[in-house]
Amino acid sequence: MLEIDFGQSDPVVGIDLGTTNSLIAIMDNGAPRIIGDMLPSVVTLMPDGSLTVGDRALLIEHPERSVYSAKRLMGKGAADLADELKLFPFHIAAGSESVLRIALGDRTFTPPEIGAAILRTLKERAEIDLGAEVTKAVITVPAYFNDAQRQATKDAGRIAGLEVLRLVNEPTAAALAYGLDKRKEGTVAVYDMGGGTFDISILRLHDGIFEVLATNGDTHLGGDDIDNLLLQIALEDIASELGVTLSSRGSEVQTLRQEVIRAKEALSFAPSVTLHYKSYSREITRDLFERLITPIVDRTLAPCRACLHDANLTPEQIDEVVLVGGSTRIPLVRSAVEVLFRSKAHTDLNPDEVVALGAAVQAGILSGTVENQLLLDVTPLSLGLETMGGVVSKLITRNSTIPASATESFTTSVDGQTNVLIHVLQGERELVKDCRALARFELKGIDPVPAGMARIEVRFLIDANGILNVTARDARTGKETSVEVKPTYGLTDDEVESMIQASFDNAQADLDARQVAEARVDADTILAAIDKAKRSDAYTDLPDAERAQISTALNQLLLVYHSDDHRMIRTKIDELNAVTMTLAENMMNTAVRGALKGTRI
Amino acid sequence: MPPRAVVVVRLLPDSRYFELFGLTPALNLDLKDLEQRYFRLSRQWHPDLFVRKSAAEQQTALDQTALLNDAYRTLRNPVRRAEYFVGPDEKQSAPPPELLEEVFELNMAIEEGERSELEVYSKRFSDMLAAADAELAAASHPDGIRSILNRRKYIHNLVRDVQKALHA
Repeated sequence: MLEIDFGQSDPVVGIDLGTTNSLIAIMDNGAPRIIGDMLPSVVTLMPDGSLTVGDRALLIEHPERSVYSAKRLMGKGAADLADELKLFPFHIAAGSESVLRIALGDRTFTPPEIGAAILRTLKERAEIDLGAEVTKAVITVPAYFNDAQRQATKDAGRIAGLEVLRLVNEPTAAALAYGLDKRKEGTVAVYDMGGGTFDISILRLHDGIFEVLATNGDTHLGGDDIDNLLLQIALEDIASELGVTLSSRGSEVQTLRQEVIRAKEALSFAPSVTLHYKSYSREITRDLFERLITPIVDRTLAPCRACLHDANLTPEQIDEVVLVGGSTRIPLVRSAVEVLFRSKAHTDLNPDEVVALGAAVQAGILSGTVENQLLLDVTPLSLGLETMGGVVSKLITRNSTIPASATESFTTSVDGQTNVLIHVLQGERELVKDCRALARFELKGIDPVPAGMARIEVRFLIDANGILNVTARDARTGKETSVEVKPTYGLTDDEVESMIQASFDNAQADLDARQVAEARVDADTILAAIDKAKRSDAYTDLPDAERAQISTALNQLLLVYHSDDHRMIRTKIDELNAVTMTLAENMMNTAVRGALKGTRI
Repeated sequence: MPPRAVVVVRLLPDSRYFELFGLTPALNLDLKDLEQRYFRLSRQWHPDLFVRKSAAEQQTALDQTALLNDAYRTLRNPVRRAEYFVGPDEKQSAPPPELLEEVFELNMAIEEGERSELEVYSKRFSDMLAAADAELAAASHPDGIRSILNRRKYIHNLVRDVQKALHA
């Protein structure tokens, strides 16, 4: 049997691809270790055509070329966007019906491509740290992510050149890091409020098995909502006090946004802070802040209660509560959680790092370096089929342990029919219109028989990543039926392939652009130096022939300066350097003599 | 567009659920023992342990674990286990007459919308459900089990409807 060797040379990394920040970690001598600092999940297309990842200042400098919180768009279609666009300055390009395209400057990127840019930066960071190529990863996703959002995250990994060995739910990853750290037994609730998503998971830890009992959440609830609330208030204040309406996209709003985030973070420690923006200032007390955000914090409580209900537990039966995500630093969030679960919340692991650490632990489990630990996770949403009258027939109910499967038999409704179309949905509601369309599966090549005679057995399998796989078999002939998947939202395999290719091409273009920019900077330096030298005695003292040589080399550099060929620019810089050696030496001597004489040259 | 499919019969679940756990088919199971068996088999088959193996082995692990999880989900729940144990009911059973009365009365109460009255119904139906569960745990004959399951299904719907009305 083929055994793939996971030696030291083939590391598996764990990645927390977050709404606000992303992190990468690895198992190191039996313990997970974070590599580098938090990387802000901000991607900017620089004016020179290169992509810069992780620089928040660029949101202010290049608001039209930058994107943040792009995780909110993963696996989304245009129809989902109305709410997002009210508060987020995403620039959506035309032709975004099934797959969104975000415009940055003159180029467009799908959300998986934005995710890939972040992943690539993390991958490079790990490669430098480990001194080895990194091609395999475990990536975390919000537990409440649906199939399309999971698929989009996997696509992002592929585009970044990573084989995604497993998608792990963020709260589960946190429990893994926490459990490995403490060797705990018992029932644990993980409350995870990050930048853009909220998850609650209840797990039982026993003897190395991490069994998720239930999960719930809201993929549109997080710190971003608090920022936007404060931002709205500040914008209204500024409009009424200063009579200035800030456009929703400009640098001013980004400056103000970063100021409200500073204020929000400070309020976790100080009883009061003052918001400053130009001549506007406003004091915000913690009391006012808490009154403002109470509705947002309250929105997390219903999923918590539903989760307890599904786990068939009362709050008293929860032994520990673990807090994950930056938003759980807010004192009001902590007290709300403690009141609900009637127990003190644990914060001994850094809530910003615990998910990445857990991803590394799962990477260790998959690569065999972590033994005896096993994660049994669940699917967050029920899976159903559209039946007559627009009613959903449940196939696999939410909180089923994954992998999970269901088999259903279909027949044809018309004589000689050779195709059957199956509409798969995800959600808890009973009517098709209230659930989320997942995909249409077309079963092809059915033997043409009278209506109702065909028997096609279709197997729906949710794998360990929480992603649906569908296979079909003609029960009469026993032969496999081909299944064509038409995802409602998301990229087809061909699209992902072409993006992988494009990312190689673009990576080359990005690299070229950077090298050209760097070569021009070096050219500027030498040109400025020569400009200065020309005014010195050392230059006038040179033989005519040498001055002519310098002049020729200088003109040649100027000729190639605006080309895109960084090698040519470098060659001309080197030539100019070579012919100005004597000049440089003479100038040095003049400078030394000048210094000895106490005079300036 | 091809004509829409019609869902016909839900297939029989895999007949190997008990066998998978090394158990002889029984209505009553020791849940602690079942859990231990489930964990032991999970540690043997879970796809996490096959990531370094060939594609064929990975597929087998995935299929086996899916089957194991489906089986555990069915067997650990007393109602699902009983349904699985007796197999599907060939004839569509009618609702027990005494329950028809309850349905009628509940609908009246829902229409009137008197909260205190609905709460009385909620308590009554929950008690009836608990009684049916206790009956199920004590039953042994397949026909008896079928009739309890049928009655329980209607009681369950009553509980659901009254809860819905209470939370509306």
